[in-house]
Amino acid sequence: MGRSEPMAAAGARPAVPPLPGCPGWLARAREAAGRRAEVLGQPTRRDEYWRFTNPAPLLAAAAPDPSAAGPAAAGQGAAASAFAAIAALRLVFRDGILDAAASDDPRLGGVEILSLAEAARAGWAEDLYGRLEAQGQAPVPRPFAAANTAGAGAGLLIRARTRAARPVMIVYERSSGVSDAILHHCVKLDAGAELTLVEVGTGAARLSVVTEVEVGAGAVFHHVRAQGPEEGAVTASHLFARLEARAELRSFTLTANGALTRNEAFVELAGAGGLAHLAGAALGDGAFHHDDTVFVRHLAEGCESRQVFKKVLRHGATGVFQGKIHVLAQAQKTDGYQLSQALLLDEDARFLAKPELEIYADDVRCSHGSTAGAIEAGALFYLRARGLPRAEAEALLVLAFLAEAVAEIAEPDLARAVEALLGDWIGRHRG
Amino acid sequence: MLRIDDLHARLADEDKAILKGLTLAVAAGSVHAIMGPNGSGKSTLSFVLAGRDGYEVTAGGATLDGADLLAMEPEARAAAGLFLAFQYPVEIPGVGNMTFLRTALNAQRKARGEAEVSAADFLRLVRDKARALAIDAEMLKRPVNVGFSGGEKKRNEILQMAVLEPRMCILDETDSGLDVDAMRLVAEGVNRLRDAGRAFLVITHYQRLLDHIRPDVVHIMADGRIVRSGGPELALEVERGGYADILAEVA
Ligand SMILES: Nc1ncnc2c1ncn2[C@@H]1O[C@H](COP(=O)(O)OP(=O)(O)OP(=O)(O)O)[C@@H](O)[C@H]1O
Ligand SMILES: [Mg+2]
Repeated sequence: MGRSEPMAAAGARPAVPPLPGCPGWLARAREAAGRRAEVLGQPTRRDEYWRFTNPAPLLAAAAPDPSAAGPAAAGQGAAASAFAAIAALRLVFRDGILDAAASDDPRLGGVEILSLAEAARAGWAEDLYGRLEAQGQAPVPRPFAAANTAGAGAGLLIRARTRAARPVMIVYERSSGVSDAILHHCVKLDAGAELTLVEVGTGAARLSVVTEVEVGAGAVFHHVRAQGPEEGAVTASHLFARLEARAELRSFTLTANGALTRNEAFVELAGAGGLAHLAGAALGDGAFHHDDTVFVRHLAEGCESRQVFKKVLRHGATGVFQGKIHVLAQAQKTDGYQLSQALLLDEDARFLAKPELEIYADDVRCSHGSTAGAIEAGALFYLRARGLPRAEAEALLVLAFLAEAVAEIAEPDLARAVEALLGDWIGRHRG
Repeated sequence: MLRIDDLHARLADEDKAILKGLTLAVAAGSVHAIMGPNGSGKSTLSFVLAGRDGYEVTAGGATLDGADLLAMEPEARAAAGLFLAFQYPVEIPGVGNMTFLRTALNAQRKARGEAEVSAADFLRLVRDKARALAIDAEMLKRPVNVGFSGGEKKRNEILQMAVLEPRMCILDETDSGLDVDAMRLVAEGVNRLRDAGRAFLVITHYQRLLDHIRPDVVHIMADGRIVRSGGPELALEVERGGYADILAEVA
């Protein structure tokens, strides 16, 4: 790491800005994170996990102006409308600020929802805020996450005590041209609880969002994100999750457009019999750089992990996948799977992959695969020979390519919303 | 209906001529069979007619009802009524068989300016045709041809033909790899579609299929052209004596 320069992201602001109403434990967590960020320093292209992605847009003093990337995408609002039919409790963040007036009443059966400004009433979050992030700094540093913990101005503290009556949906909106937002969420599922969290939208011209999730014994956490579709936006997201025995985490992320998106996940299977499925579908065109950096650590026996990441790239777009399955000696009977694939729609698109297995247990089943290729000519001809126009045949094959990732979404209505967004994107990016 | 006139074609990226002056006319209502040794260019002919990339037509032409087939995109040829049952049907992971069939049917109807078929009507249509070919609901749900046995793939081709109701059907070795019962189902599928407005070009190596589908004309293809044409008895001659005598005769 470049330790010489202090962390400047995001934007030129103090590392630990004041947060009104902040309880002592939160102030201490923020300050500790500020020190952590300073020690970690700024990432550079020489760092092992930044070779494929230039962090400059995340480090720049000012956020980019997405309107400079051309007229706002025709898909504006497409994300929100695709999810309109989902009966969820909605919480709206506009340019990184919770818009209570635009949000639903946060009372929900089985769940406690507070904003970061109400942290004084969420003593339980003391054991979570910044803790999972700090643990996730080794073996690979994640400086933007530390800076986020120190500097986040808003976020949600969600605790599911039993089965949530409805999904919780965070809607990210962006109103001003140049907004630079840092959001930090903590999600805790008590033993046996169930919660579905949906995140939709772009949120800011530049957004850093960290989500720390603790999934208690036997609890089930479903997570579906739809990032985009703003052409010029810059996003850094981090998901830190820790699963107790028999806990289940299923996280799916759709990314459509965006100048730079770096999605990091750090998941620890800490109790026996846990399950973690991480999946993603990314579609990009032109000035699009999409990076999934995924680290799954098996600490306990008999856990299953799955990574399924698919990217559709064209017109100079770049996709990056860095994924590791790390199996410690005690994690016998691990079932680990990792797949990363890119569909390159033309010769300008690039896919850079770094799939890794690091296994210290001897009785495990782990496999990984990574491929990049064009649309299969034989399949395309077969469809056209049956009467499908070229564009329609290509669209069908793009959806077919992504189907395996979309299949990781456990809830059919959320899968349909994602499919609608995929269809919408493909429809607008033909020819 | 289909006229092929002195067709010459070669592989686009290798300097290799495969069709070397092929002439053939198939009238509406008739069934023509093409037989010929391995590598004589039968599949190449079917691909050139269907519009696959990778071939260059160097001379001659082909028309369907007078329209220049070779100038059309593959999808336009399909909408115009041309259908090729592939010798090796393609597997398409991630695309359900039903979705595929419905998308294809509606794309063709749209291209012809006809109304789309409703989901309910389509379901009824496919169920009936699938039953006749002993294709079960499970096979209809699976991705196109993925994990299908050789014979299942061929039956699936005939199902597509039955649903799309093309007017000019080219069957490339649809009988290869079929068991006796499947052969009968496929032949019945073809015979059900036979009518005055439709024609078939059946590429096969075996007399057996032609016992079920009685051809009006049998052509022998060798080295990229039709070297002999005759009635059904020509197929019997091949079955008995192979190609050696016939080829020696025309040489
Ligand atoms: N893409 C290709 N590259 C190289 N050679 C090819 C290609 N396609 C066809 N050929 C050659 O062209 C000739 C004709 O092939 P084609 O598949 O049309 O034969 P066929 O009559 O259908 O044979 P079969 O009875 O075995 O199916 C063969 O010699 C074959 O090897
Ligand atoms: Mg052949």
